[in-house]
Amino acid sequence: MSDNIHQHRPNIFHKISSWLLHHFQSLVFSLGKIYRSPSSTLMTIAVIGITLTLPSGFYLLLKNIQSISGDLRSSTQITLYLDMDLNTANAQKFNSELKNRPDIASTIFISRKQALKDFKNTSGFGKSLDHLESNPLPHAIIVQPPAGTDTLILKTLLSKLESLPQVDIAKLDTEWLEKLFTIIEIAKRTVIIISLLFSFAVLLIIGNTIRLDIQSRYQEIIVTKLIGATNAFIRRPFLYSGVWYGLFGGLLSWLIVELSLIALSGPISTLNLLYQSQYHLITFSFIDFIIIISASTLLGLAGSWLAVARHLNDIEPT
Amino acid sequence: MIHFHNITKRYPGGHEALSNVTLNLEAGEMAFLTGHSGAGKSTLLKIISLIEKPTRGQAILNQINLNTLPITRIPYIRRNIGIIFQDHQLLFDRPVFDNVAMPLIIQGYARHEIAKRTRAALDKVGLLHKEKSMPITLSGGEQQRVGIARAVVHKPMLLLADEPTGNLDPVLSREIMQIFIDFHQVGVSVLVASHDLNLIEELQKPVVTLNKGKIIHNDLESLHE
Repeated sequence: MSDNIHQHRPNIFHKISSWLLHHFQSLVFSLGKIYRSPSSTLMTIAVIGITLTLPSGFYLLLKNIQSISGDLRSSTQITLYLDMDLNTANAQKFNSELKNRPDIASTIFISRKQALKDFKNTSGFGKSLDHLESNPLPHAIIVQPPAGTDTLILKTLLSKLESLPQVDIAKLDTEWLEKLFTIIEIAKRTVIIISLLFSFAVLLIIGNTIRLDIQSRYQEIIVTKLIGATNAFIRRPFLYSGVWYGLFGGLLSWLIVELSLIALSGPISTLNLLYQSQYHLITFSFIDFIIIISASTLLGLAGSWLAVARHLNDIEPT
Repeated sequence: MIHFHNITKRYPGGHEALSNVTLNLEAGEMAFLTGHSGAGKSTLLKIISLIEKPTRGQAILNQINLNTLPITRIPYIRRNIGIIFQDHQLLFDRPVFDNVAMPLIIQGYARHEIAKRTRAALDKVGLLHKEKSMPITLSGGEQQRVGIARAVVHKPMLLLADEPTGNLDPVLSREIMQIFIDFHQVGVSVLVASHDLNLIEELQKPVVTLNKGKIIHNDLESLHE
């Protein structure tokens, strides 16, 4: 008789195909639910989208700052103030010697005359400097190390150059850069913290939405349990709802950031023109897009899973 | 089919709904379960349909011990039972066809098989022409018949009905009971809880009477001797 219990069961092939079919049906059904109650669902998606806009927007901002600071890093220079006794011809000869060194990319020679002229123009002392008896400024050479040289090698290069007899003072100004990089590091970690917090918020929003959904379909869950539905079967449409919320929320946040970039592109290009810089605004790459969408979808799934795990098993017929 | 031995059910708070109930319903048998409200009819049906567990005693359904059944197996056992509720428990957000097809969808039948069996079940209760209607547009009797169609669509071995005619007039009640008798005649085990004594008497089927949680009359016992 216990064999009888299986007598009406469909065969294994049917079971697998119907299992896939039910997954597909749940997928479509949960999508259809969104379509049938657009206003409440759109509100949820909007909340998720706006919440996700902050971390993804900050992420993009950080990427842009890093690209600017990357340019700055390659502009690290060493300034050599030459010995006061060195005449112009010897100084120029020294300059061309430096140029040929493999650990130096390029040099700019600034004669003491040129230096004084520049100083007059930029310092604002102007004509008062004409009263100086002699030019107090030395010849100077600005040394550009190869791009991407790291700080340690820079410091060895600095001491090598300083030990040369023609050089009076060698100066590497990296302190302000190090400060900048520290600030960027702080910004980076802030973005990570914000992203985590807002992701958690999205998790809670989706979890709460699914919880309300479960409550509003209390009766249906009871009935389906009584006619033999497994918990997995009942869980499925809710999980797919969460996936949809996450997916559409992610798409919306991507769209918001893209639209914001369009709004910002005008002033940014003006700024570029004013600074004569080659700076290009970095936008989301395809990989970024995929990361945002899959992260938000996963958040949707996780949020609905939390709600389902907490509330669905409590519903039992009485 | 049902082998209950000395079943006692005590609810939290101490109320004893069933006391030492022994009941045997063999495969293919039909019986009515009667008694005043509060006599324990519903509790008995709840134990059979795995909604409640007995406090004491042995409950065996189709050779499966319900006392030790793991919770994950419950859905699969329920698929062998068709349950009919007094208040139908239809889902009002979907048409009649979808309501009746639910057990088949849950059990993973193929699409064409679902359509065929659902229409057959609706035909059996005389509602084939209503398959596209929403349950809310149907009369009480029609809703109950949709409930019956849903309970039998997957051809369960056991039909349980809890006051299926509770809200119906005598003519409709007789029609509903006749449907149960029809299923009994094709080999399904049927247990119907009802307090409509006049109708039960008329139908001449075994009767089990409960009073304050105890069986005070059992036609099935004499039948098995």
